[in-house]
Amino acid sequence: MSPRFVLCLLLCTGSLPAAIDEPLKKILEVGREGNGNASAAEGLAALSASTLDDLPVLIKALATANPLAGNYIRAAIDTLVDRETTAGRSLPLAPLADILLDPGVGDQPRSLAFDLIRRASPKAAERMIPGFLSDPNTELRRLAVENLIQTARDTETSGLKDDATLLYGQASAAARDVDQIRSLADILAKRGQPVDIPRRMGFLMHWDIIGPFDNTALQGFAKAYPPESEWKADAVYSGKSGEVRWQPLVTSDSYGKVDFNPPFGMLKETTAYARTTFLSDRDQAVELRLGCKNAWKIWVNGQLLFGRDEYHRGQRIDQYILPTKFRTGPNVILVKCCQNEQTQDWTVQWEFQLRVCDQTGNAILATDRPPTPKPQEARRRPAPTQ
Amino acid sequence: MNPSAFRLLAIALPGLLFSPVHAADWLQFRGPYGAGVADASETTVPVTFSPASVAWKVPLPGRGLSSPIVIADHVIVTCSSGPDQDRLHVFAIHAATGKVRWERRFRATGRTMTHSKTNVAAPTPCSDGSLIFALFSTNDLFCLDLEGNLRWLRGLTYDYPNASNSLGLASSPLIADNTLVVQSENDSESFVAGLSPGDGSNRWLKPRRKAANWTSALTLGGEVTTVALQSTSGILGIAPSTGSELWEYRDGASTIPSAALEGVTLYVPSFGMTALRSEGTTVKKIWRNEQARPKTSSPVAWKGQIYFPEGGVVTALQADTGERLWKTRVQGDFSASPVIANGHLYLFSESGTAFAIPVGPDLKEPSVAGQMELGEPVLCTPAISGGAIYVRSDAHLWKLATPSS
Repeated sequence: MSPRFVLCLLLCTGSLPAAIDEPLKKILEVGREGNGNASAAEGLAALSASTLDDLPVLIKALATANPLAGNYIRAAIDTLVDRETTAGRSLPLAPLADILLDPGVGDQPRSLAFDLIRRASPKAAERMIPGFLSDPNTELRRLAVENLIQTARDTETSGLKDDATLLYGQASAAARDVDQIRSLADILAKRGQPVDIPRRMGFLMHWDIIGPFDNTALQGFAKAYPPESEWKADAVYSGKSGEVRWQPLVTSDSYGKVDFNPPFGMLKETTAYARTTFLSDRDQAVELRLGCKNAWKIWVNGQLLFGRDEYHRGQRIDQYILPTKFRTGPNVILVKCCQNEQTQDWTVQWEFQLRVCDQTGNAILATDRPPTPKPQEARRRPAPTQ
Repeated sequence: MNPSAFRLLAIALPGLLFSPVHAADWLQFRGPYGAGVADASETTVPVTFSPASVAWKVPLPGRGLSSPIVIADHVIVTCSSGPDQDRLHVFAIHAATGKVRWERRFRATGRTMTHSKTNVAAPTPCSDGSLIFALFSTNDLFCLDLEGNLRWLRGLTYDYPNASNSLGLASSPLIADNTLVVQSENDSESFVAGLSPGDGSNRWLKPRRKAANWTSALTLGGEVTTVALQSTSGILGIAPSTGSELWEYRDGASTIPSAALEGVTLYVPSFGMTALRSEGTTVKKIWRNEQARPKTSSPVAWKGQIYFPEGGVVTALQADTGERLWKTRVQGDFSASPVIANGHLYLFSESGTAFAIPVGPDLKEPSVAGQMELGEPVLCTPAISGGAIYVRSDAHLWKLATPSS
């Protein structure tokens, strides 16, 4: 009996999913540091007999896969699709559409289903894009926003400027990706419709800060200064060059940059802390999204989330995405930010920007969030002396 | 046969007998041993260019700075795409026709942020002749066979969460003594690891100085196979199978251009250029030329001379003394490193101009023999194989070859 005949028999009797389950299980168990690689490779090899009928099962498995297992599954799908399409078989559009149109199956399966639909039928995929404008999947939503921006441009080119502005506004409301939010905010600002970007993106603008503490020879990153273990609003500590105490800092930067240079001076080899309280209306999963080119640590409600001791290699919004949980009521966020010894122009920055959002990048706002501070002209470096 | 040549042959012979590697293969960043010098049999690589020199060009779905590698008739190239560069691609292209044999698509598990000039697909893949090891700046590492079957993978930032560089990583992996050597040298969780090519497990993992580093390791022959790791601290020679330290040069070295290599002598971007000779478990400084300063492109050494481009000028140094031999002007800025084949130095400027310059010990003041505009930015070092030059621009993979009559 040939393997192909056996496979046909399995397909006819509907017993193939079991043949897929076992290999998939091996793949899903892959872990860190190469653990499970050998078993996952066996699983992958066993999937070489899979057919296009198995494609939905494989795609949906991405929903529960860790990122490493996800890449094994992607390889299995690429191999399967290559083999079947080379043999002249078409991708099954209907089951792919079922996955794409079901938000319940998760982002990764839906994105892949869309990619495959686009490969099989680019025109159909193109026509589906406008329907993703409110989609929880940010990749799909991004395409729809891009599409709407192009429609706005075309509308403007045809002389309908006010109509175009409406469309830009709609795109702005839908956008979740930072680059789209920024470019749309610029467009709308020029049309007299400024976007409250800090609120739109959920940047935290109101802080208490304290410092400078010492970071000579980068030792301050690991050293636990008192703000890491206690909160006393009126505390006075011994800092790097004298007594230090908590002071308020309200940033008016459009992208929420909390800059330690103006209050503390253009210091080097120093450490500072910023603390804020976020009032949450419920227990919820959130993402803290940080941009920082200094060494940093973040605590939420006294628990260290993450820390990183890299200096001046670049900063961008959402550079680090830190999933955590907020409880109902006040949640304390403490940020430690360290400056190093470098003296080049590009090492002046001693700052961070932090926002709170859901996993799609949509801002989550504190229930007591104050109005966004009005922008002021920020002077981030001392004026040159005559 | 002189003694050192005999030693090299003795070391290489077992590999030549049993490995699937072909003479024309170009299996890692800067080809054999990472030296940037093509096999002597490459005598048909074009030395002048015309539009007919473009045998084919293949569109790529994203940018990359990685070089193509060539395994028999497979040209392997990586790129990344998507607004956050989180889509990782590995392509195998048929060398003769330019047809895509297969493409494998993955998602990044590490950080995708890089400087805008570089890219997530910056490290060049390497191969042992039958397996492909494709590394990305995200520290995602994929082992595939020539048919595109995934054999194993690692997410080194998934494993070691602070192993990343916000400007991007770029060090290319290599295979030596049946060990895959992978560098992730950065300001935070910095290391070099020796992995099993069979399943990707760690054979050893060695912490490295917490300092960003974009250079790639080199393999030195000689009595003891040595992998030379360059960093801001200098050069560390290690045994690839164990990670044990053999010797160290501690004067410091560049973190961008990598050293040139000829035999067991390294020409290191260190206080200008410094020549070091590996002598098994020791290293000896031969000379230093503080005026010779490669900044981005790595130098290449061949037949007793060293070449590198900088600021619109190609400089040649005498390899045994470090003395400057000549300079010749070439238009453009260079990120790609030069390679040598068919008696010519091949250079690609950032704006996409290809240059072929005749070089060798008998040439005193060479000038450009071949020049052609590709019309797209090129930041990648070319590969040489089967009489052709393979190079990737921002949007395409190109094959340049002598037109058939």
